[in-house]
Amino acid sequence: MQELTSELIKIAKEKLASGAVQQVIGWRRGLFDEDVTPSTFKDAADLEKNFVFNKYCKANLSKYLVKITRAIETAKTTTRTNNAMAKQRDPNAAEAPIPNEKVLAFLKPGDTHSFCQLLKENRITRDDVYVVAVPCSCEMDESVKEGEGCDHCRNKKHVVYDEVVGKAREEAVADPSRFDGVEKIAAMSADERHEFWKNEFSRCIRCNACRDVCPACTCEKCVFDNNNLYTSQKVAQVPFEESLYHIIRAWHVAGRCTDCGECSRVCPEHIPLHLLNRKFVKDIDEIYGPYIAGSDMETKPPMLTWTAGDAEPSVVYERSPEEEGGE
Amino acid sequence: MLSVSKDKINSLFEAIAKDKTLYLPVDNSSGKANFEKWQKGTKLSEALKTVRSAKDFFFPKTEKMVGYKVEAGNITVEDPRKELDDFVVFGVRACDAKAFDIFDKVYLEMTPTDSYYKNRRDHAIVITLACSEPVKNCFCSSYGLDAANPAGDVSAWLAGGDYYFNANTDKGKKFLDSVKGALKEKDAAAVDAEKKAIKAKIEKLPFAHLDLEKFKNVPMMTLFNSDVWAKLSESCLGCGTCTYVCPSCMCFDVRDYDTGHGIEQSRTWDSCMYSDFTQMAAANPRLTQKERFRQRFMHKLVYYPMAHEKLFMCVGCGRCLDSCPIHMNIVKVIKAFNEADLGGK
Repeated sequence: MQELTSELIKIAKEKLASGAVQQVIGWRRGLFDEDVTPSTFKDAADLEKNFVFNKYCKANLSKYLVKITRAIETAKTTTRTNNAMAKQRDPNAAEAPIPNEKVLAFLKPGDTHSFCQLLKENRITRDDVYVVAVPCSCEMDESVKEGEGCDHCRNKKHVVYDEVVGKAREEAVADPSRFDGVEKIAAMSADERHEFWKNEFSRCIRCNACRDVCPACTCEKCVFDNNNLYTSQKVAQVPFEESLYHIIRAWHVAGRCTDCGECSRVCPEHIPLHLLNRKFVKDIDEIYGPYIAGSDMETKPPMLTWTAGDAEPSVVYERSPEEEGGE
Repeated sequence: MLSVSKDKINSLFEAIAKDKTLYLPVDNSSGKANFEKWQKGTKLSEALKTVRSAKDFFFPKTEKMVGYKVEAGNITVEDPRKELDDFVVFGVRACDAKAFDIFDKVYLEMTPTDSYYKNRRDHAIVITLACSEPVKNCFCSSYGLDAANPAGDVSAWLAGGDYYFNANTDKGKKFLDSVKGALKEKDAAAVDAEKKAIKAKIEKLPFAHLDLEKFKNVPMMTLFNSDVWAKLSESCLGCGTCTYVCPSCMCFDVRDYDTGHGIEQSRTWDSCMYSDFTQMAAANPRLTQKERFRQRFMHKLVYYPMAHEKLFMCVGCGRCLDSCPIHMNIVKVIKAFNEADLGGK
């Protein structure tokens, strides 16, 4: 663990010193081992003192790159505009150099999926990021058995990187237990299922942490930021609003959720939110064929395309057990 | 001191629940505890802290303030304050009980009094429980709290397999009298030993004595303008977790809801971390997360103490240390300022 941290610090320092990158995003040491914070680093001294990589570095860093790469791109556009305006005033005006900043990001296998998905959605500028692939934090966790991925990586492979520390995971390993939780709920009767989620959602305090951490939730303005609807960010006024919030969120990230597990990790009330998303992952697999969001740049997202072989809407009725559905 | 053995605690709960609603910490399906209503068969949780604090009883996450019902052309106004009965909260920790004082200063002692809050305070009997096993995230002692002697109407200790009870207020005395049948008089030597043991444990905690001098002495604007905030808040997600699990965060929003046959007006928890907090004609005046983050900690460590007898608006319960998705919290803020060079005076 210590060695790995030192190795990552060494890479980051070299890249900063050579000017290849201007900032590094990684994890900052906390008060204890477990309270690490995602953070940027800009100098060697800060890295030496505060950078850490251990089994608690579960936070998915990809979403932060949306903001960071946008700032980099904005700086470029601003300079170009300023240059053009200066030229209009004075044709001989000297052109300011276009800033060309880059950020180094340490990404775990699960993070690279989110990263790739965000690339696919044009939310991140690839050229602005130097990706260093690192092992999943669970590989340093004795409680996770070898070969059994944690809830964050689920044995995913590294899909995008420029450099790799140690050995990149080139092949995803099938994870037979992945859908156990979903199947358990699917086996319940409709009433039991309703009770299950009613009980879980009853603890929801609408802190919005699941949404705010979700790498698939990158809308500039979320539908739940609307004070003019009954759906502002504040605590729900009627319990149905909480269910509505979670259901809409699950639908909206369907086909884009990379199953990184951040929603369940951050929930202060420990609601198993990832099961909602994983249900969609499973359904898409079954109805439209195997698909892993963020696993490559080429495959067309099944929820955004239509093919002649697609399931008809009636599949919903056919899939429901007779006594429950179809009405 | 009045006492009841640990295995007979349910007989006390039964006696309380005869004429009052009783709430206590109960483990839920997530394996964590929250306050829940006691019913026959409910088991008291052994957890040190509930996920949400005890503020819920006086400042629930959603509270109906008034209802308007339209029936056959007539409008009737409902006052939900009248519907509240006396209730008892068992197992409140010293930190959460101290947070009630922080609420009182704003909602009771300032004018106008918050009649909804007062109504709930008047109807409640708070039984606190000393913290036999404080954990490393606890730092109530930094604010001068004594987890071995929690406040409340009645204080309780679990010592040597028995619960002991001592009334602190008239309300508490009356309450203990009313459930005397379920309690026995017992020598309190075990309680004194327990108090000593708790104090010794607290002294060993890593944040037992956080240095808060800078927040008492450095001018407000120096703290406000410090560049420390930018680094601390850089990865803040802008979620409301810290404010909602916090026992002393007290902001709310008032909202109307059309039920289809009337209007319900409620107040719901709101969070300074949100982008739509204090929405004005133009926008939230705190434009980025840095300002929102700074607001929360300046409120707790500077503004509130300035307005309310130097009392910090934090009780050291450690819930934000447990729950923040990115592990940023008030202890890190305090430590960052202690390490920072804030320049001259």
